[in-house]
Order: sequence, then C-alpha cells, then structure tokens
Amino acid sequence: MPKRPLWIAMMLAVGIIPAQAETIRVTIDKLVFSPATVGAKVGDTIEWVNKDMFAHTATVKGGWEVMIPPKKSGSLTLKAAGPVDYFCRFHPNMKGRLVVAP
Amino acid sequence: MLIRYTAALAALLLLGTAPFAQAADKPTDPQIAHIAYTAGVLDVEAAKQAIKKSKNKEVVDFAKDMIRDHEAVNVQALDLVKKLKVTPENNATSKALTKAAEEERAKLAKLKGAAFDKAYVDNEVAYHKQVDGALETLLIPSAQNAELKSLLETGLKIFQGHEQHAEHVAGMLK
Repeated sequence: MPKRPLWIAMMLAVGIIPAQAETIRVTIDKLVFSPATVGAKVGDTIEWVNKDMFAHTATVKGGWEVMIPPKKSGSLTLKAAGPVDYFCRFHPNMKGRLVVAP
Repeated sequence: MLIRYTAALAALLLLGTAPFAQAADKPTDPQIAHIAYTAGVLDVEAAKQAIKKSKNKEVVDFAKDMIRDHEAVNVQALDLVKKLKVTPENNATSKALTKAAEEERAKLAKLKGAAFDKAYVDNEVAYHKQVDGALETLLIPSAQNAELKSLLETGLKIFQGHEQHAEHVAGMLK
C-alpha cells in the first residue's frame, strides 16, 4: 500500500488529521474526584471510575450529566472548549473541573 | 453538678443537638457503631415515609437517594463490625435519636401535600446537620479503631453531601 503514507502526509500538511483523541481517567474514591482538575482537549473522553459503593454523577449546572453507578464507570466525549466546573448531584460537596482546550 | 449538667443539657437542647447531649462521656467503639448505624436506619425510615406520602418528584427522588446511600453505608458498617468482631451496643444517644425520629415521623404523618414536602425536607436538612456535628465533634474523635474512624469519615462526607442536596431541594420547594 504505497499510496497510504502519501495520503496521510497530504492530510497532515493541510491539518485535517486532528491530534489523537485520548481517554482521561478520573477516579472517585470516598467521595473525592481525583484528580480534581484535569486538562483535556475537544474530542478527548473523560472516564470516571467509581470505586465507591455509592452512585455518583458528574453534573454541569445547566449542562450535561453523566451517571456513574457504584463500582462502575461513566464516560463523556468532550465536544466544547472551555473550563467547566462539575459536581455530584447526589453529593454536591463533591466537585471537579475540566479545562478543555479547542 | 446536677444543676450544671441540666444547664448544659438545656443549652444543647436550644442548639438543637438534643439527642447527643446525653452522651456526656466519650462513646466506645461498639456504641459509636450503633449510633452511626441507627442514624442511617432512621433516615431510611424517614425516606420510606416520604416516598409513600409525597407526590413531588424532586422529594421522592431525594428520598430514594437517601435510601440507596444509607443502605450502602450500613452494609459497609455491618461488614466492618463483623470483621472486627464488635457487637454494636445500644446506648442513650441511639435511644434519644430513635425517639426524636419517631416523634418527627408522627408529626409528618399528619401533614399532606406541599406542607408535608416542606416539613420533610426541612427536617432532612436539620437532621443531617445534627448528625454531621455529632460525627465531627464526638463520634470521629472518640473512635479508637482506625477502620471504624475511616468509615465514619466517609459517612461524614455522605451526610454533608446529603445536607447540601437537601438544602438544594428545599430551595426548589420555595
């Protein structure tokens, strides 16, 4: 397949191929999001891994919400740039922040 | 001495921390385990009453959250006492908490609709605040076993979360 490298090189040259999307893990243990703040970019996926026996959510006021069942995980692919603060709707004392680059 | 104790009790009653006022001495681990477990069971019972009586979705959802969390904490508490071979010991604080909860349930049983919702949620705010205070100032500092202390600390975060959640629901009812 000699044509493919050229094809990729052309796409790279015009900036069509975006940077590789990543999955960033946030652990929940004893009602704490860790790390509390994560840097990411649009297209990345945040995966919340819940080690607690309690259900949690990652909720943005007036925005999205991800349900994170006990001992399970929940994820979200980031669609918009900007910093967002989120909290757990069941335990509003649990807070986290995502700083999303374009 | 009796006068001083009575005065202190009266002061605590005014502050709304009555059930914990009777625990003049530091509670032991078996007593702490019993108090923490009882506090969870009582909130589950209050929630069951709310699910039966309320027609407000926010209130019913909140009550379901309370049942789910407190039952999960109490499963952990039972596993821990079994592991530690501790038999939870009934005590004056647990009895006072139970009596206060029974009185509240009887009071709430007479209410209907929005009046019930408001009274239930307001009591949830007050109840969680009271248990938070007891965990912070009495139960956690008194606990001897490190695992029990750690579970109580998680319990405190759960109760503080519920207090804020209840305040949020109370705000929506206004």
